[in-house]
Amino acid sequence: MTSTARRKSYGVKGAPYAFLLPATILFALFFALPIGYAIWLSFRKVQVSGLGLGSGARKEVWAGLENYTDALSDSELLNGALRVLGYGCIVVPVMLGLALLFALMLDSEKVRLAPFTRLAIFLPYAIPGVVAALLWGFLYLPDVSPFYFVLDKLGLPQPDLLDGGPLYLALSNIAVWGGTGFNMIVIYTSLQAIPAEVYEAAKLDGATPLQIALRIKIPMVAPSLVLTFFFSIIATLQVFNEPTTLKPLTNSVSTTWSPLMKVYRDAFGEGDIYAAAAQAVIIALATLVLSFGFLRAANRRNKQEAAR
Amino acid sequence: MPNTKRRRLVASAVAVTLGTTALAACGSSDDGDAQSGPVSLTYWTWTPGMDKVVDLWNKGPGKKDQITVTVKKQASGDTLVTKILTAHKAGKAPDLVQAEYQALPTLVSNDALADISGEVADAKGKFAEGVWQQTTLGTDAVYAVPQDIGPMMFYYREDLFKEYGLKVPTTWDEFADTARALKKKAPDKDLTTFSANDSGLFAGLAQQAGAKWWTTSGDKWKVGIDDAATQKVAKFWGDLVKEGAIDNQPMYTPAWNKALNTGKQIAWVSAVWAPGTLTTAAPDTKGKWAMAPLPQWSASENVTGSWGGSSTAVTTDSQHKEAAAKFAAWLNTDRDALNALAKESGIYPASTSAQLSGAFTTPPEYFSNQADFYTTAAEIAETTAPSAWGPNVNVAYTTFKDAFGAAAKNKSDFTAALKTMQDDTVADMKKQGFEVAE
Repeated sequence: MTSTARRKSYGVKGAPYAFLLPATILFALFFALPIGYAIWLSFRKVQVSGLGLGSGARKEVWAGLENYTDALSDSELLNGALRVLGYGCIVVPVMLGLALLFALMLDSEKVRLAPFTRLAIFLPYAIPGVVAALLWGFLYLPDVSPFYFVLDKLGLPQPDLLDGGPLYLALSNIAVWGGTGFNMIVIYTSLQAIPAEVYEAAKLDGATPLQIALRIKIPMVAPSLVLTFFFSIIATLQVFNEPTTLKPLTNSVSTTWSPLMKVYRDAFGEGDIYAAAAQAVIIALATLVLSFGFLRAANRRNKQEAAR
Repeated sequence: MPNTKRRRLVASAVAVTLGTTALAACGSSDDGDAQSGPVSLTYWTWTPGMDKVVDLWNKGPGKKDQITVTVKKQASGDTLVTKILTAHKAGKAPDLVQAEYQALPTLVSNDALADISGEVADAKGKFAEGVWQQTTLGTDAVYAVPQDIGPMMFYYREDLFKEYGLKVPTTWDEFADTARALKKKAPDKDLTTFSANDSGLFAGLAQQAGAKWWTTSGDKWKVGIDDAATQKVAKFWGDLVKEGAIDNQPMYTPAWNKALNTGKQIAWVSAVWAPGTLTTAAPDTKGKWAMAPLPQWSASENVTGSWGGSSTAVTTDSQHKEAAAKFAAWLNTDRDALNALAKESGIYPASTSAQLSGAFTTPPEYFSNQADFYTTAAEIAETTAPSAWGPNVNVAYTTFKDAFGAAAKNKSDFTAALKTMQDDTVADMKKQGFEVAE
């Protein structure tokens, strides 16, 4: 009797670890190990001797921080980061602004065809990024775009969307088109969770729909706004699909347009996986600092407001 | 040796994931060439229809020798080099790979390709000297068997040239005049475009002008990307772009296809494989194009560059190098194999005897108006200038795309872009530890 009880308690004690085991193994194999290997590679480099032909002429050696100093002093990586920053300054506010606006409109009482509209706005999100970029790329190319055909027939100016400043708009447009729907659903879902009594009380106090939206709805969905902002920052820092897909269509997008494109080029175009690994680690750290920094700042503000 | 250590690390990591089968595969060593009994080989290639050609081997000579080849279809060019190198680091590269000529030094420098001079020495006589030399890298070793070549030629719209009263240019000066004459007669049309998205085109043009981008002297490499010959080529195209005589938009875009299909661009400096590209890019203009030799730098010369072309190589990871080399030689020299390659894959063979037989006795369908297409092509192929590839062509090529892409866009100085290409290539070689002569 006692022995059975002991065995039982023994089993219960071990159970959490047994349950944790699959997740831990998967995490170690497919998350920790590759990351660890990338960090290891980032401290290595290739050393060639002589002409570098034949066997044994090329070996991997310890590089110390060389790859990191190279990456940090590489103006192309910095320029890429600045380009992405400019792109993010357009994408994030426009996308989230539209998402909030659509969510509020769908949530208002007078809306018709709400399910259909919701689906229509969400649909672009279901289209893979590469396909979306190709689709828009064709629309941006003057020689094949129906827009340019119409502009030409109307005698209106035909801007070159794949060059200079307009290129940022063109790229942002693809991201906004694809991302608004998802963010709208997140905000809309949290709007739906606001209890009806709150609105009733507001109406009794004589608040107009606009006042309800500005004073009640937006403050109450602030956590979702923080969340969508957080996701958007990460997505922006990792932009790769759109510029890579547009690259063959124009001379304006270089192979190092965004930081991730530079990582890809160094690893697969130039075969220097060591430098690419170092850059990837830097980008990951920057993303971590920026996104969690934002999250902490947002949380602190929330707490302050709650305290008031 | 750090290399072995790391390989073992990867091997054990793979073994943990995949279990004992992977471990057993990793555990075997590099020897065992002289094994008898059935052998099965893996072949990485991007050539369409290669599986049908390999079937011929598996049912014919391969069956007799008990050598079975399996084709694993790959994406083309640069991406395959990276993939081979990655597989080679894990010691698991396939037995046979397709490799573009300019990728051979990179692969050899990574010790990925086996020296098969003992097995394929007999094949040498079947190829033009300049082609064969690319597979030896100027050494006594042989690292691959040439498969197809891409001698460069000038393609133009015969009907439109007549309509605008243009003559087919035989020198580059005439080419420039032709571009200007067309601009005068039809301002919205272009003779052609300067495209920065395929480095092979520029490399071929430089090769025609006599450039030697990588050479060795003793234990040192010399990089001559910024040499006088290439500067001449860069300046020529840069000036044409700057004065607006030709377009500056990239090739292979929907807009480019449309320009060719509607006669907005009426010529294309390309290679022997152009009929295939034109068939899909400009289907409506079939039978209206003609091919001529590439314009020359001086009227007395007769030389062309090459753009594209590839070879079949045996990797150092192969357990059956002899069998693999035997297949590589058969694939690229046997009459039946070459006929099938021409028919199924539409390649232009490197083997000189095959260039005028079988599929190449009649012109490609797109050029049915030019009966002597392949006779002319074979004559042009003979004039191909020797090439000089180095161990980091990939770096030079990616730098070209960015530097010349920006220069074409801004219509700025092409020779400055060339300097960037030279500097970045040398810097990369030095970083890797190559000895580079100044």
